[in-house]
Amino acid sequence: MQYAISILLSGVSLGGQYALIAIGYTMVYGILRLINFAHGDVFMVAGLMMVYLTAGLPLAASIPLVLVLTVLLGFVIERAAYKPLREAPRMSVMISAIGVSYLLQNLATYVTGGLPQMYPEIPGISNTITIAGVPTKVVTVVTPVLVLALVLALTQLIHHTKVGMAMRAVAKDFETAQLMGIRINAVISVTFIIGSFLAAVGSVLYFTNYQSIVPLSGSLPGLRAFVAAVFGGIGSIPGAVVGAFIIGLSESVIKGSNWSIFSDAFTFALLIIILVVKPTGLFGEKVTDKV
Amino acid sequence: MKQFFAMLLALVMALSLAACGGSGGSEGSGGSQPSGGGSSGGDKVVKIGVFEPATGDSGAGGKQEMLGMQYANKETPTVVIGGETYTVELVYADNASDASKAPTAASQLVSQDVSLVLGTYGSSSAIAGGPIFGEAGLAAIGVTCTNPGVTAGNDYYFRICFLDPFQGTVLANFAQEKFSAKKAYLLGELGNDYDQGLLNYFEQAFDGDVVKDSFPTNTSDFSTYLNKAVAEGADVIFCPVSIAYSTQIVKLAASMNLEIPILGSDTLDSNKVLEAAKGSNVQIYVSTFYQEGGAPDFDNGIKAWLAEDSTAMTNNGGNDTIAAVTAMGYDAYYVALEALKAAGSPDKAAVKAALPSLTYTGVSGDIAFDEVGDAVRDTAYIKTADNAAGAWTLETVQTAK
Amino acid sequence: MKNTSKKSAWIGLLCVAALLAAVVVLENVLDPNKNIMVFTALKKGAVYALVAVSMNLLNGFTGLFSLGQAGFMLLGAYTYAILTIPVSQRDAVYYIYNGSAVNFSLPELFGGGAVGLVLGVLAALILGGCVAAVVAWLIGLPVLRLKSDYLAIATLGFGEIIRAVFQWDKLGPVTNGANALKNFPTFSSFNIQNANGETVLRLSTFAAFLLAGICIAVIVLLINSTYGRAFKAIRDDEVAAEAMGINLSRHKRLAFVISSFFAGVGGGMFAMFANQAQAKTFTTAMTYEILLIVVIGGIGSVSGSCIAAFLYVAASEWWLRFLDAETFIGGVKVPLLRNGFRMVVFSVVIMIVVLFFRTGIMGDKELPDLLKKRRKEGAAK
Repeated sequence: MQYAISILLSGVSLGGQYALIAIGYTMVYGILRLINFAHGDVFMVAGLMMVYLTAGLPLAASIPLVLVLTVLLGFVIERAAYKPLREAPRMSVMISAIGVSYLLQNLATYVTGGLPQMYPEIPGISNTITIAGVPTKVVTVVTPVLVLALVLALTQLIHHTKVGMAMRAVAKDFETAQLMGIRINAVISVTFIIGSFLAAVGSVLYFTNYQSIVPLSGSLPGLRAFVAAVFGGIGSIPGAVVGAFIIGLSESVIKGSNWSIFSDAFTFALLIIILVVKPTGLFGEKVTDKV
Repeated sequence: MKQFFAMLLALVMALSLAACGGSGGSEGSGGSQPSGGGSSGGDKVVKIGVFEPATGDSGAGGKQEMLGMQYANKETPTVVIGGETYTVELVYADNASDASKAPTAASQLVSQDVSLVLGTYGSSSAIAGGPIFGEAGLAAIGVTCTNPGVTAGNDYYFRICFLDPFQGTVLANFAQEKFSAKKAYLLGELGNDYDQGLLNYFEQAFDGDVVKDSFPTNTSDFSTYLNKAVAEGADVIFCPVSIAYSTQIVKLAASMNLEIPILGSDTLDSNKVLEAAKGSNVQIYVSTFYQEGGAPDFDNGIKAWLAEDSTAMTNNGGNDTIAAVTAMGYDAYYVALEALKAAGSPDKAAVKAALPSLTYTGVSGDIAFDEVGDAVRDTAYIKTADNAAGAWTLETVQTAK
Repeated sequence: MKNTSKKSAWIGLLCVAALLAAVVVLENVLDPNKNIMVFTALKKGAVYALVAVSMNLLNGFTGLFSLGQAGFMLLGAYTYAILTIPVSQRDAVYYIYNGSAVNFSLPELFGGGAVGLVLGVLAALILGGCVAAVVAWLIGLPVLRLKSDYLAIATLGFGEIIRAVFQWDKLGPVTNGANALKNFPTFSSFNIQNANGETVLRLSTFAAFLLAGICIAVIVLLINSTYGRAFKAIRDDEVAAEAMGINLSRHKRLAFVISSFFAGVGGGMFAMFANQAQAKTFTTAMTYEILLIVVIGGIGSVSGSCIAAFLYVAASEWWLRFLDAETFIGGVKVPLLRNGFRMVVFSVVIMIVVLFFRTGIMGDKELPDLLKKRRKEGAAK
């Protein structure tokens, strides 16, 4: 029983963390039709920045600073690596994304010297609590709540603000939206800013739980989150969140079973089955608020 | 036209790179001095190749191993070969912990005309690079690559450390003697020959139940695995994983107040692991090649050097706890010097011929090679982490039965 | 028209023959140890050129965005290795599993010696390609219905699944689990030795070039055939292609299977280059590397992929290596240079190519096209 609860807890907390990354993927894909391969690495860089900032600054100052810097990083990446390729074929943009991911990983290797870095303890959410006899960190419980709150805020933003309306319009029809006088570049930047912000929040939650950071730390959560986004129906925010929780939970269950070596393979098998059976994902068509 | 221009530019770029590479290659022999390396006093130079990962997932371990060599090189920058004094120069090639990059790194060393090669941390790179050294007639001394496949079938690869079968057996025996363990939980990285090999030998030597799990590369969520160990009622956890994963596992075990002792192999003998365990109740036991305090002169000397050299300190993980791989790197350097002396010339064939009969007493113990080229070693140190002080203490010295 | 194309084919063939001859001469004239970097880079370049061309066939000529290349290479590499490890070595290689489940070795079946070696290696490489092709056919059934990005991510997933299966220790007696397969014939086995064990004729680089050259030539022939034109039609406009009577699913599957076949052969050659085969080498990172080569060379250009493969390998693993070493010029330490800097510079170079030379080195042109154009320009002057 205790074991089942522990699996459930770790699945839910993983799901929440994947959800925050998956939203970034799904929003960018919704608008640009681009798999932003660098997103997982932005997440990793956010973690590293925290390590280096807390070395010199108090925590209260570093957290907001990390959020701001990550948002800035996302913005700069879009402007430098994706915007010049707006008219180019989609494959070039995707390759540019792979290039950025490569660059970020190599930079991280260079800066850290390849040594694993320890994420700082964050008072409050780093503490250990016991739920039904299973010791876990507070952050495990905080994560799903925070995810839901952020997603609610995001849907409000998309449905009830001018920017949100513009985002929906661009996602629906890129060219028409442009003709209607929507400033496409501004909307895309906002999308990247929101995505990076959520990735930064996700990195705080994720690395508080799993404290050691290496240059490749972003790749696996990034890939999983992307699978979650596709699973839920790429372009749909609720889909990404539901997909993330399903992926997180199933990963946890597989790891707990005797087939743990296939936990990665299973995630991908699930993805392929979904793609073949329902190519647009769980919520792909029904949900209209594609962003 | 634009096409032509692009091609021209690419060509110019390639040519200039080639020029740089060319000059870098020839200059690299004189230019790539180790940090704080020996001053060029003697006229004659003998080159020792350092075939180690500085990046990739074994980068941290490779750097610590190189520290030992660099310190030894600083301590003894010259060697007398056949009556003449030579300055020893370390030539580095980063194999990036990747078997697909190892052949080019190995070739780099061959092309720089080194007399012999030290390394590498991580057996799969050693296996990939080994035949290149063999073809060039260049001897290589493995420092901490413990996989039997490194030296088997390769006359040119030697090693000064113990092997996986020995280490796995030692730890299984220790688990049974110290904890009277009836059930063990084994955890390793999927597809990593080092982890899986050790798990396998532990399983063979362990007289009781085992539960075996493997996690995919780049995993960071180990909570399910540790909870499974608890749920299975395991008496010990054996996780011979690389440094990045072991810090993650130890941190997690610390936060969930895990009462099951964790056993690890030589990879866990790192101050990063100590740092992760500090202040908690986790019990960690590792088998390793060297225990700090075994050779006080070496300990004090290298600590003083680390305190001086900030780069070296960073490479050591930010403090001056001495990893066993550093001690092994130090010994490997002196074995190389002995081989050069015994050969009587810096010629690589002579060095190779001198190696099999070589004996040397280093800080990690006596070193001699058997007919396969493996070290004759029958002792492993088992250390435990003192979480209050953040240091290793010697638990026992285990010998093979 | 027909005449000129025949003529250019002959010229091409001559050029290739000259190149191969030059490789043999160089390898035997130059000091093998001092210049080993040249030959190592050339061998790896040849392997990567083949794999890049096979990926280009799919991504550049048929317009199917697949990221499963590393997975198919893995299949080829393992098939090759399992079939060619000498029987006497099997116990040492499979030491954890007390010997291998496969107890024969193709070179020995063919009678051993030089003939057995050549035939065995060829047969094993082709079989490796066939295994990759069969698996590709199976994977293609569901996956090829997907469109662009979805296809990419699904094939990437399959690559990961294949890797996990090969690392599974239950299959250990065949795949050797996590341990590397080794001691099989490599490119160096093609060096001819005399009775004293001294190498008299070095053919290792030649072997790599010949194998890669033949495979690439076959791909070029395919591209220039009616199939190739159908592939290009699919790439340019699926709907129009279908309207012209091209069977879409059949041609897509064909391209996918053929590309995987050559990726499998390339994988086997990669094992020959790396002296070992281990599943953990064949990661998505490797697929990305090959994809970058294709892009740098120019999507849709065979000669571009070949040139880019050599440039990529040489630049990333040879010419830029000096960036990793701390260097002192006139007693002053050059800033920034330390381990890892090489890869940073290299990724910046890649970003510059991707952003500013979008069409790569060759665009979708081939080397002969460019030469012809130049000749015309010269004539106009």
